[in-house]
Amino acid sequence: MAKATRAAFGEALASVGETHPKVVVVDADLSCSTNTRKFADAFPDRFIQMGIAEGNMVSAAAGLALGGMVPFAASFACFITGRFEQIRVSVGYNNANVKIVGTHAGCGIGEDGYTQMGLEDLAVMRSLPNMVVVQPGDGIEAYKATEFLADYVGPAYLRLTRQALPDINDASSYSFDFGKGVELREGKDVAIVASGGVVGYALEAAENLAKEGIDAAVVNIHTIKPIDVALLQKLAASTGRILTVEDHGVVGGLGSAVLEALSETPDVVIRTHGVRGYGQSGTHAQLYDRHRLDANGIAQTTKEFVWPERAEATG
Amino acid sequence: MRSIEELEAISRQLRIRSLRMIAKANSGHPGGSLSSAELVAALYFGVLNYRVGDPTWAARDRFVLSKGHCVPVLYAALAEAGALEDEELETLRMIDSRLQGHPDHVRLPYMEAATGSLGQGLSVAVGMALAERLDTENDYRTYCLLGDGELQAGQVWEAAMSGGKFGLGKLTAIVDYNKVQLDGYVRNIMDLEPLPDKFTSFGWHTQEVDGHDLRAILQALENGAAREDRPSMIIAHTVKGKGVSFMEDTAAWHGKAPTADELERAVAEITGTQAA
Ligand SMILES: Cc1ncc(C[n+]2csc(CCOP(=O)(O)OP(=O)(O)O)c2C)c(N)n1
Repeated sequence: MAKATRAAFGEALASVGETHPKVVVVDADLSCSTNTRKFADAFPDRFIQMGIAEGNMVSAAAGLALGGMVPFAASFACFITGRFEQIRVSVGYNNANVKIVGTHAGCGIGEDGYTQMGLEDLAVMRSLPNMVVVQPGDGIEAYKATEFLADYVGPAYLRLTRQALPDINDASSYSFDFGKGVELREGKDVAIVASGGVVGYALEAAENLAKEGIDAAVVNIHTIKPIDVALLQKLAASTGRILTVEDHGVVGGLGSAVLEALSETPDVVIRTHGVRGYGQSGTHAQLYDRHRLDANGIAQTTKEFVWPERAEATG
Repeated sequence: MRSIEELEAISRQLRIRSLRMIAKANSGHPGGSLSSAELVAALYFGVLNYRVGDPTWAARDRFVLSKGHCVPVLYAALAEAGALEDEELETLRMIDSRLQGHPDHVRLPYMEAATGSLGQGLSVAVGMALAERLDTENDYRTYCLLGDGELQAGQVWEAAMSGGKFGLGKLTAIVDYNKVQLDGYVRNIMDLEPLPDKFTSFGWHTQEVDGHDLRAILQALENGAAREDRPSMIIAHTVKGKGVSFMEDTAAWHGKAPTADELERAVAEITGTQAA
């Protein structure tokens, strides 16, 4: 099955509403896009429409949390984390129990172009000491992560995709293990460490690379903060090479998190792969091709990393 | 100066071109593009001083489209003016196109500023009007078009306060008050009323006008410019999706492309011919 993580979030949120009477939702004129609409229809008294006023929404969410409620505040990732000053003071510094939800993450949104793309959100959200950061890699994970966050106490950021993602997990056996990376594929030549909408493509790339003689491990990092340092260290030891892959600016996201985590680990080379430059309009497929985030692009990038001499020879 | 009839004909063309572009791109925002057609026609073919082919001419009037998602109607006006080729309109929202889904100042200098994150355009326009005041060589006006939903953003009121404080007599802002935003009606989401009182109290010369009446729009633009001591706010009452019956007064057509069949029916309605 394929499902957008924002859609799975919307379903989980409506279900959490049944069991968690203190969960409230604030939204800024995007309930149809963030998928908080389902919750709004089911619990109109606990849905607060703020209009196109994300700054007010974020600080009001902090007020709701300080008043004992459990607010989920949702908008596009760029717009909500664009209100960073409100997030850092009203939410972060108060240690307010607000779940900040940013949908339409990355260049994967396509045609709307740069102004609607969350490309710097992980960089800023990771920077707050008490902010945890979760980015599910498929609908199954997004559903469970939403349930987890409803119970988690403290500021959190949940990053979701506009586009549908293929399932990478098994719905019948999956449990969301906060803070733990998920080893989807073993390999000894290189570890592809991915998060969010590109995990499925990373798996596909690894399968293709196997045919060409590269044995790549694939790890899904759904919890970017706190990141699974033990697993990263294990991968560093077993492969000596880590390639991070994400649909986010190459500065400040998963790649930076991995570099920070392994900065004192010897004998590992890390390459970070993500969006370079400002985003632009285009189809999802064209943009993933341009930024080399589709299966082919990830495979090429991996080859250049593992076989630098050959990549030069083949251009 | 063009006649009212000519401007009306241009408005119809702006609607048709906007819809064709959005249909070709298979995404975009028809509702707010259609509601602004007369406002953009009055600006680009009535009052704005600009040179086709010379988008960075220092003495040009500035126009900031703060509601950047409605950029198809602006591309349409530029094509109508001869600043863009018809073929280029077909590249809307395509990779590497200058016609990005939201205005891109760097790729296409006719776009005075990047917008698309609502709430920022009036502040940029305030800055431009302040620059004009400091510029000893050039004289120009700055115009800004905002959405009504957009007015919910706090930054708009920061900009309004600064425009009033600085007495920016060469700044004209227009609100496309089409009463509908993305999730529904503005009055249900976060009501703006009493809107004229708000701007007046912030130090603006404020007028209300029928935003589909070109004569009234032109008159309001002139009245606003005549007040040299304060910025001008024109609250233009419009209909979202104006000109296409099935797109009017609904959030359903805020951000959705018409199918080929819907496009054909829409164009027939706008031109006043009967669809077969
Ligand atoms: C800061 C910000 N928040 C949310 C959005 C998403 N968005 C795009 S258009 C829109 C509704 C705009 O309504 P309005 O200003 O009334 O414009 P119009 O009706 O003229 O299209 C929203 C919420 C955005 N572009 N920017």
